Amino acid sequence: MKKIHVTTKINGDTVEFLCDPRETLLDVLRDRLGLTGAKEGCGTGDCGACSVTVDGRLTCSCLMLGVEAEGHEIGTVEGIADGEELHPLQKKFIEYAALQCGICTPGILVAAKNLLERNPDPTEEEVRYWLAGNLCRCTGYDKIIRAVLDTAAEMREAS
Amino acid sequence: MNYYKPATFDEAIAIASGAEGITRILAGGTDVLVQMRSDIVTPDTLIDIKAIDGVKDITRAEDGGWTIGVAVCGAEISEHPDLPREWPGVVEAIGLIGSTQVQGRATPVGNLCNASPAADSVPALVAAGAEVTVQGPNGPRRVAVEDIPTGPGRTSLQKGEIITALHLPPRGKGGGDAYQRFIPRTEMDIAVVGCGVNLRVSGQVITEARMALGAVAPTVERVRGAADALVGTKLEDSALDALADLAQAACNPIDDKRGTVKFRTHLAGVYARRVAKIAYERARAAQ
Ligand code: FES
Ligand code: FES
Repeated sequence: MKKIHVTTKINGDTVEFLCDPRETLLDVLRDRLGLTGAKEGCGTGDCGACSVTVDGRLTCSCLMLGVEAEGHEIGTVEGIADGEELHPLQKKFIEYAALQCGICTPGILVAAKNLLERNPDPTEEEVRYWLAGNLCRCTGYDKIIRAVLDTAAEMREAS
Repeated sequence: MNYYKPATFDEAIAIASGAEGITRILAGGTDVLVQMRSDIVTPDTLIDIKAIDGVKDITRAEDGGWTIGVAVCGAEISEHPDLPREWPGVVEAIGLIGSTQVQGRATPVGNLCNASPAADSVPALVAAGAEVTVQGPNGPRRVAVEDIPTGPGRTSLQKGEIITALHLPPRGKGGGDAYQRFIPRTEMDIAVVGCGVNLRVSGQVITEARMALGAVAPTVERVRGAADALVGTKLEDSALDALADLAQAACNPIDDKRGTVKFRTHLAGVYARRVAKIAYERARAAQ
């Protein structure tokens, strides 16, 4: 199978890769680029563990081909922290114990960050609807929701 | 699998016309990729239409309606400054499909071409009187949305034909539409019954009415008698009764784990009433 050359930006850096047209963006991130933050929970768009942003829009990387990334800007969980400095959401997730096994966490962090960029003051209902496509089999969601709401409050105060 | 990213629809049509085996058009990919992954459909030819000029645009048409590009995703439609106000039912129906992540990719034309009888956007589009432009080797033609699906997973598109735009009619005065569906949970599920209603009123009297049902027949079903039941009425109980009877008579559903024939038929009547009332209130407020 002929591989296709793709140029894209991931977390601000220009990245080039070769991939088979059948490979998903998730396959490319994990298996070709070593960015294993995005997880494969289902591979069919149901769980959100593979969430990334594409030009600022939240997307399941398992529902997008690697070749479709050409010319677009991808954001993954690896781009959330600033070097050693964790993002406020990451700190709050630890503080609230909003994760147990952690499989869902990268996707939820990417999704929650995307929400707060669009809406710095979401209601609980808005957070729950926004994250409805991110399944978690451990926490029961409550700690996740509270961590997101508290981060939002803290970030509003800080700005 | 060969992947193509044509710059024009003519090029896309030439590729599709000449292709052997299974061809799929890639816009949002939220159905195509799932089918590939589950080995339900493995295309030999995949045509990505997102690099074609204008496919991401929502534009006001000359007649006052809207032309929606075939790669416009659900979120872009919900965020549009005018569409949700003019066609709230259509926009709500599109917004019900999948998660935030899916909304960022999935397109209404993809929902139509996937040809699921339970597709949420389709009953609302049929009720609205929406059309699509179908372009093929013999040029473009306008086709009513209701004439695209012919059965579960099947459409009336011929080899080499591609949908190149979605058209909503001008809203005009006194118009209102609505869509609701029944699902066993609060979010993110497949419709057991979906219902779209689009009305126009003059004062309190209904002057135009269209209704369509999803998930109760092999294709989304336009209930053609809806206008006879509602036009000239003020949506009194007798009109609602007649509408509910028509909705139930239009049902030809399957029994499955999500709902029995009896349950789906019952729901069709309940939703016909409920959705018609919302559309009526919206139409009256839009005069
Ligand atoms: S792996 Fe992509 S949604 Fe589950
Ligand atoms: S922490 Fe285990 S799935 Fe969410």
